[in-house]
Amino acid sequence: MEPSSKIFYGALSLLTLAALGAGLVAAGAEGLAFGLFSVLTLGGALVCIWERSVVRSAFSLMATFLGIAGFFVLLHADFLAMAQILIYVGGILALILFGVMLTPPDLTERKISRVLGGLVVFGLGFAWVGMRVAESATWAVTEKGPAEGVNNAKRIGVGFLAADQYVVAFELAAVVLTVALVAAVYIARRRRADLEPMEGQGGGA
Amino acid sequence: MGFLQEKVAELGSGTNLIRELLAGAPRPELVPDWAIPLTAVFIGVGILLAIVSLCAMFGTWLERKVSGHIQCRYGPMRAGWHGWLQPLADGVKLLLKEDLIPLGADRVLFVIAPALVLSSILGAMAVMPLAPDFFFADAPMGVFLILALTSTTTIGVIMAGWASNSKWSLYGAMREAAQVVAYEIPLGVSLLVPLMVAGTFNLSEASAGQAGGFGIFGWYIWPVGFGTEGFSLGNPFMIPALVLVFVAVLAETKRAPFDLPETESELVAGFLTEYSGIRWSFFFMEEYAAMFLYCVVASFFFLGGFNSPLTWVFEDGGLLPNVFLFNVMAFVTIVVKGFLGMFVMMWVRWTLPRLRIDQVMTMGYKYLTPLSLLCVLGAGLWEWGKWMIVG
Repeated sequence: MEPSSKIFYGALSLLTLAALGAGLVAAGAEGLAFGLFSVLTLGGALVCIWERSVVRSAFSLMATFLGIAGFFVLLHADFLAMAQILIYVGGILALILFGVMLTPPDLTERKISRVLGGLVVFGLGFAWVGMRVAESATWAVTEKGPAEGVNNAKRIGVGFLAADQYVVAFELAAVVLTVALVAAVYIARRRRADLEPMEGQGGGA
Repeated sequence: MGFLQEKVAELGSGTNLIRELLAGAPRPELVPDWAIPLTAVFIGVGILLAIVSLCAMFGTWLERKVSGHIQCRYGPMRAGWHGWLQPLADGVKLLLKEDLIPLGADRVLFVIAPALVLSSILGAMAVMPLAPDFFFADAPMGVFLILALTSTTTIGVIMAGWASNSKWSLYGAMREAAQVVAYEIPLGVSLLVPLMVAGTFNLSEASAGQAGGFGIFGWYIWPVGFGTEGFSLGNPFMIPALVLVFVAVLAETKRAPFDLPETESELVAGFLTEYSGIRWSFFFMEEYAAMFLYCVVASFFFLGGFNSPLTWVFEDGGLLPNVFLFNVMAFVTIVVKGFLGMFVMMWVRWTLPRLRIDQVMTMGYKYLTPLSLLCVLGAGLWEWGKWMIVG
């Protein structure tokens, strides 16, 4: 492992311990879970940026997806959490991996100056966004947590089927997706048709 | 056993025994509040790990016996009566074998992959109720959670194939990715049919909906059922849906004739080529546990769940009402149903030749997906018509 990676992963594990400890002190078991999920989400994203191998980056995205699903569980939105895992981890990530699996890693040495430059740019950008958010956002704090023990599937179903609710928007989204799918198949098929005469020429020559 | 019997009788039916036992356990002043859920998680994972290993042990033994008898031989006979100690001997052998990591492998991912595969099945198993009063998580999202968590196994398999840095492994991983993405859709869609009939994602609720009729005739699979409310019209699309679910499950669990990711005759052992010892056995523990879990899910939503003539005798309002015996019989019923399903999967494996990868893709995209969509459409129209006419 190159020295800059050692520093990166060392800092990441220290941050993990700090987040877990802070969560535990602040809110007990639930805080510990929150700390764990935030470390998964942010850590996965950071590793995704840091790693030179595209496949490793893709694998680290799984931690991010799982961490976000964990946040949904903490908010008692189990349906969303499971949909997040099923669609992002089981579907999209598998497809991403299928696409990038054959790319070789970039094994050239990292330049420390470029890493530091990137850190400075990232820090300044993050600070600017953070300040803008802090001054403009109003943080709603409620004593009442999200409802526990509610059957989310039933509520989503009622939300779809009740009059003037979301069913039309949902169906339209489905139509858009179907159109995109059909278009993708059409483009892929046309390329193959273009190739066929060339094969025929090759056979004749 | 006496203590458990008293505890069940004291709590009455419908209470989670595990939670009650943990909450009632004495604890010293020093132990903070947050330690209780954490300990519960560790104990639960321990029990689940034991269940997964037992599934794998019995599954490997059954597989060897079934394959043996199908090929007109005995299978293992030396270790114990009809070789029943063979899985233990295998376990000792696997623990003692050298745990090899190839020089060119991605060491970190190579180590993470088996753990990821095993942990995904542990999480999915937590939703499976073992008896009406004995479960870990009574999730309202039950079967959806199982589908979601078992889909993360794919990532573990791809990780194993890529990290091995071997051509065989990489081909196995690519096939796994293509195959699972293709078959996840028919599996999820055809499971919608029983979900529509049952009106719930929860496994215990689905089982409760199939009670009555001597424990057999209330099942959702029958086109005409005889349940607690007398004769009723079932859904005729349940039978094709069960067939579709079975085929999709064969592909999802990488079982022959869909074992393309590990085809011994073409890819050495596919994504398993570079693994050895205990890490290799993790993949097999996952495979057998996933087979058992899917069979149990199918039996909950199609084949009555906890209901069988055994539980019918002991249920509330039955011939001999007894809460404790009812729970025991429900556990026996679900285990028997799960292993019967596994037996059918093994039977298929040792009878049918393996498909080619293009045949697998054709089967998934061109046949199973449209058929499952048609099945859901038909089942929906049937339920709607029944609701319009009967009310």
